[in-house]
Amino acid sequence: MANHSATHPKHVHHHFVNSNQQFESAKLGMWVFLVNEILFFGGLFCAYIVFRAWYPELFTQAALELNTFWGAVNTVVLIGSSLTVAMAIRSAQNNQKRGLEINLLITIFLACVFLVIKYFEYEHKLHLGIAPGSFWNPTPEIAAVLDHPKANIFFGIYYMMTAVHGLHVIIGIALMVWLYLRARKGHFNSEYYTPVEITGLYWHLVDLIWIFLFPLLYLIE
Amino acid sequence: MASASPTANNAATTPTKLRVKRFPPAQTPTNTYLTDEKGVWAWLTTVDHKKIGLMYLGAVAFFFALAGFLAIALRTELWTPAKTFIEADTYNQLFTLHGAMMVFFVLVPSIPAALGNFILPMQLGAKDVAFPRLNLASFYIYVFGAIFTFLSLANNGFDTGWTFYTPYSSDSNSAGIIWVTLGVFILGFSSILTGTNFITTIHKLRAPGISWDRLPLNVWALYATSIIQVLATPVLAITILLLAMENILDIGIFDPALGGDPVLYQHFFWFYSHPAVYIMIVPGFGIISEVITTFSKKTIFGYWAIALSSLAIAFIGFLVWGHHMFTSGQSAVATTIFSFLTFLVGIPTGIKIFNWVATLYRGSISMKTPMLYVFIFIFLFSIGGFTGIMLGALSVDIHLHDTYYVVAHFHYVMMGGTLIALLAGLHYWWPKMTGKMYNEPLAKIAAGFIFVGFNVTFLPQFIMGAQGMPRRYYNYIDQFTPFHQTSTIGSYILAVGFLIILYYLAHSLFKGKQAGPNPWNSCGLEWQSTSPPDFHNFSHTPVVIHGPYDYHQPMEEFQLGLAIEHGHGEEHAAADATTSEAVTSETTEA
Ligand code: HEM
Ligand SMILES: [Cu+2]
Repeated sequence: MANHSATHPKHVHHHFVNSNQQFESAKLGMWVFLVNEILFFGGLFCAYIVFRAWYPELFTQAALELNTFWGAVNTVVLIGSSLTVAMAIRSAQNNQKRGLEINLLITIFLACVFLVIKYFEYEHKLHLGIAPGSFWNPTPEIAAVLDHPKANIFFGIYYMMTAVHGLHVIIGIALMVWLYLRARKGHFNSEYYTPVEITGLYWHLVDLIWIFLFPLLYLIE
Repeated sequence: MASASPTANNAATTPTKLRVKRFPPAQTPTNTYLTDEKGVWAWLTTVDHKKIGLMYLGAVAFFFALAGFLAIALRTELWTPAKTFIEADTYNQLFTLHGAMMVFFVLVPSIPAALGNFILPMQLGAKDVAFPRLNLASFYIYVFGAIFTFLSLANNGFDTGWTFYTPYSSDSNSAGIIWVTLGVFILGFSSILTGTNFITTIHKLRAPGISWDRLPLNVWALYATSIIQVLATPVLAITILLLAMENILDIGIFDPALGGDPVLYQHFFWFYSHPAVYIMIVPGFGIISEVITTFSKKTIFGYWAIALSSLAIAFIGFLVWGHHMFTSGQSAVATTIFSFLTFLVGIPTGIKIFNWVATLYRGSISMKTPMLYVFIFIFLFSIGGFTGIMLGALSVDIHLHDTYYVVAHFHYVMMGGTLIALLAGLHYWWPKMTGKMYNEPLAKIAAGFIFVGFNVTFLPQFIMGAQGMPRRYYNYIDQFTPFHQTSTIGSYILAVGFLIILYYLAHSLFKGKQAGPNPWNSCGLEWQSTSPPDFHNFSHTPVVIHGPYDYHQPMEEFQLGLAIEHGHGEEHAAADATTSEAVTSETTEA
């Protein structure tokens, strides 16, 4: 790390020619990472498609147990948070420190709302004994409606998909808290907002995946 | 001149007049990457791609030695038809360890993460990869994942083979599988980070003048590899996560006892693992292209054919996974399609081989050790590839599936291909990495041992496989004894070869002759800096006005650099207009 020059902005790492090259690299890197994520979830979607093709009646039957209302609320919540994260980026680009902080806070709040709602959904399911794998133990009333012999597999897939997605939401919250702390210290401005931008990209993907999960799991007719 | 370069954001590549100067690299460098930071701690925390590359090389070599040692034990056990010296269960565990280590610890990271890390930024004229800290992280994730996987495999007496097929992996030892899969998951992460890093580096960090048509073929190969890594590895990750959940929660996706489908697991697994065999071989192709031009002193024949065939292989590689399940009860239509698609892979692979051979034609060939390995590669890999095509033929595969024929096939491609290419690259770039020459006669002798040992080990396996010897068997009928014993003898010859290599490479570190910047007289950009290079790889930002294989151009034209100090962008912009330094040559660059 020799010869760091005085004219060289602090946030630019030694191996980049300039700040723009660094920004472009970070963005491309994030896009590549998102491709990764899509394939990661792609595996789950594949398992979903395969089992749905094999047991279509199972999927229609089991989906009735999911609460469409709260699923829809969560969809709206996440779409809202995508909007606020976009506004956060906009604020950073315009040097609006306050706007950046507030938008980040709202995004964090909405993400937490999503998790709370998800928590209550899980809670309700577990209460009825609709639990994953070997914990599968539905109450007699549930067992009467959910009489498909492979019903547990649907919920295995449901829990896998939503839990992995939920994990991504938690990671997103952690990232945004980190951004917020840095934003308060005034680290971001129109010259340098790379972390805000790429976290935003990540958050849009998390949102997008939910937009696929919701109809696939909740809205099966 | 390649004005369509997508890296227009690199200040140094936007169309401006660049003042360039010739920078002949010093014969004996004063300050190199090996001397600028001292101490163990400085190495362990370095973000320098060259040191990280070397650390990877060390780790890979270590695991290779360990897994190789197990292979010798396995071959020794097979000396007699019944028990020779280890128990049947131990045998199963050892081949699982051997296979998993060779694939996940050695072959997958070997060329990209070890040699690629060192060479890629140098071939691009960059100071480092795009994300140096991520690079270091990927190294530690690799080491941690490898140790973790090793301990879980060994501790739990895991014996499913490296493919972890259900229901083997879901019934027996369900405690162990969680740890093993977690380990492989961690390793996959390291692979993904390397791939992401390389793609970004290749897109964004090229020195002035390196347009897409001047990219060294090694870079093209690493690019194709990174794409496969990014697209395939996450599928392995999710597969493994599902497999782990299968064991923790019994969710019933893969385990037939729970209503799941084991063939689905095989689909998932091979959707990663077939592309993964190209993660292993495609970087090897890159090395071959570099070495073959340097030692024939000729432009590569069919630059675009070789560059694009790497991408074609990457693409087709995603469509053929079903050829591992011809006998698993896949539908007849699917098998036929997969068989046909498998044949297609032969086309881009064949294109490469023909172009390499055409490059040799009327070249001035010098038979140095790296070149010797290239010839060995072409010979062995061709056999490996051809037998792959044979296995891809449906009726033939029904007979040969799960026999030693398959074992021989994948050793010809993985060891005869990837590992030999790795050795070619290691010998080729050793002087650049260490600044020292190794003992050439001894190196040739070792190559001889390896070539002979390899064929003695694996040719008999084709024959006994075709005669029906199943793979992964501890005992065998007497009829196969001569083949097994020949094979075992071959493995000892191989081991001697590797020991010789270990000896002379270690020796060269201490007693080797100074290599000088460009011992092979190569036109490659990485050879236009000192050996070993300094921390920033080049004393000045290189400017490239020729392709990497333009051996008809004078060598001086490959030593151009920006006429101003190796600083940062903002300075460049300022200095460009005002520099008053003597300009030896001026060029317009796009
Ligand atoms: C010309 C290209 C290739 C073709 C057409 C081809 C074809 C095949 C086929 C059809 C099989 C399945 C055999 C069976 O299980 O019955 C197979 C197995 C295998 N191939 Fe290849 N292959 C090619 C190149 C490679 C390369 C380059 C590698 C590695 C670097 C490789 C590694 C393997 C491995 C590891 C297996 C067996 C895995 C196992 O069952 O444990 N192949 N190949
Ligand atoms: Cu394959």
